[in-house]
Amino acid sequence: MAYSDKVLDHYENPRNVGSLDKNDPNVGTGMVGAPACGDVMKLMIKVNDSGIIEDAKFKTYGCGSAIASSSLVTEWLKGKTIDEAYAIKNSAIAEELALPPVKIHCSVLAEDAIKAAVADIKAKQLAKETV
Amino acid sequence: MSASIEMPVVKDLFGKDGLAKGHDANHPIYLDYSATTPVDPRVAAKMIPFITEDFGNPASRSHPYGWTAEKAVENAREEVAKLVNADPREIVWTSGATESNNLAIKGAANFYSGKGKHILTITTEHKAVIDVVRELERQGFEATYLDPEPNGLVDLAKFKAAIRPDTVLASVMLVNNEIGVIQDITAIGNICRENNVIFHVDAAQATGKMKIDLETLPVDLMSFSAHKTYGPKGVGALYVRRKPRIRIEAQMHGGGHERGMRSGTLATHQIVGMGEAFRIAREEMELENARIRRLRDKLLHGLQSIEEVYVNGDLDHRVPHNLNISFNYVEGESLIMAVKGIAVSSGSACTSASLEPSYVLRALGRSDELAHSSIRFSIGRFTTEDDVDYTIELMKSKIGKLRELSPLWEMFMDGVDLSKVQWAAH
Repeated sequence: MAYSDKVLDHYENPRNVGSLDKNDPNVGTGMVGAPACGDVMKLMIKVNDSGIIEDAKFKTYGCGSAIASSSLVTEWLKGKTIDEAYAIKNSAIAEELALPPVKIHCSVLAEDAIKAAVADIKAKQLAKETV
Repeated sequence: MSASIEMPVVKDLFGKDGLAKGHDANHPIYLDYSATTPVDPRVAAKMIPFITEDFGNPASRSHPYGWTAEKAVENAREEVAKLVNADPREIVWTSGATESNNLAIKGAANFYSGKGKHILTITTEHKAVIDVVRELERQGFEATYLDPEPNGLVDLAKFKAAIRPDTVLASVMLVNNEIGVIQDITAIGNICRENNVIFHVDAAQATGKMKIDLETLPVDLMSFSAHKTYGPKGVGALYVRRKPRIRIEAQMHGGGHERGMRSGTLATHQIVGMGEAFRIAREEMELENARIRRLRDKLLHGLQSIEEVYVNGDLDHRVPHNLNISFNYVEGESLIMAVKGIAVSSGSACTSASLEPSYVLRALGRSDELAHSSIRFSIGRFTTEDDVDYTIELMKSKIGKLRELSPLWEMFMDGVDLSKVQWAAH
């Protein structure tokens, strides 16, 4: 299968690979997918007190397009508010990486990972406020 | 003239000294000999005159053009027969192993259908057997597809138990194309004989890799291919036993060639190529396979230094050419993408266009994850020690890189039991 140059670039040089401290109250984690389906994405975001995403890290088990999709979103997330992050659509990811139709699900998974990470940080903030 | 033909062929494929050219994406090291092999330059040289000068139709009885072609075809038939210790009259030319399987299974099932309408085969057979049996099911036959054991081998007691009073034919491959395991076709054939069941064996992956002696093997029909044994694509053969005589119904009609079993003008140059390829296999296989076994063992030991790798299929009952390994916590497609310096396949070449994990590995009971992360390395005549060294280093570095990226590997290292994790379905 032929991959676009952008997919190849992210695959060869993935950005922001790694993990953040999941116990940090300012870190939200989203893990989506399943090994049996062939892809699992873990996305972590660190949000400062003004609600801006300061850092984002990922790890992905999956095909080149899944790795590229998650690498791309870590770049996009930095500097955004969590509401802006929540608004990122899979279609934008698919368009940026020129994903073929059979790989659209990779961009869907990346969007799901963002939403899961944002939901996690919101839950943590809520827990902080109620304390 | 043959020398001037020989050299460019070698150079184009392998560079000087037969070494694989470069290690880049356009000239990866070829480790996919189970998909197909290059035509041996000696074979190519022998074929060429039969395209241009000795172009006669072997069925032409009235002039020397025909006689020359017929002589070449019969020489080749003798060479194919010699490799498997059969009578040349038991060899029928076909277009390849797929046609041989079709002719054997449909031909015997149709001829003997009065005896019974049940066929017994194995779930790990090549699609060229499975799909033929499926077609016969559509035509009113019944079939049993027996699962092998987790090591890929057929359990003889289960095989025996699967035979019914109306079983007319059984088909079991000699060497599996994905995992290289060798079935005990002597024992299986004896069970078939005791139960009066015709026994077909697909040996496409076996010729030149192990000794085959049809004088002693209890096999009635056996399929062969040229292009898995350094011959050309588009030619194969079917062995049809004469004593006791096995009858098959022709599947191709028109002209009554090959004693009526397979009509069609013989492809003299292809047949000559197959004969020469099988002659070379007979004369060189002992030395060659010892060398290939050393290379395979070196590759195996090199790859086993990586954590969490699983060999698929039995290692003892296996041809030395094949190594099928799963690299846990690494996804197969990204792995293939990472190892562009080598030409390998995940599962069989026929299925790598789809995203389904290999049906052969699943039949062994491998999890989807392990089936997804498998690579088949198949080595052959032109594989060098340098190729193997390069492959080991490449795999070590790329597996390491992909595992750094893998959340599953991170969880495994943290001691998380992945089978107990609730995964978000998608």
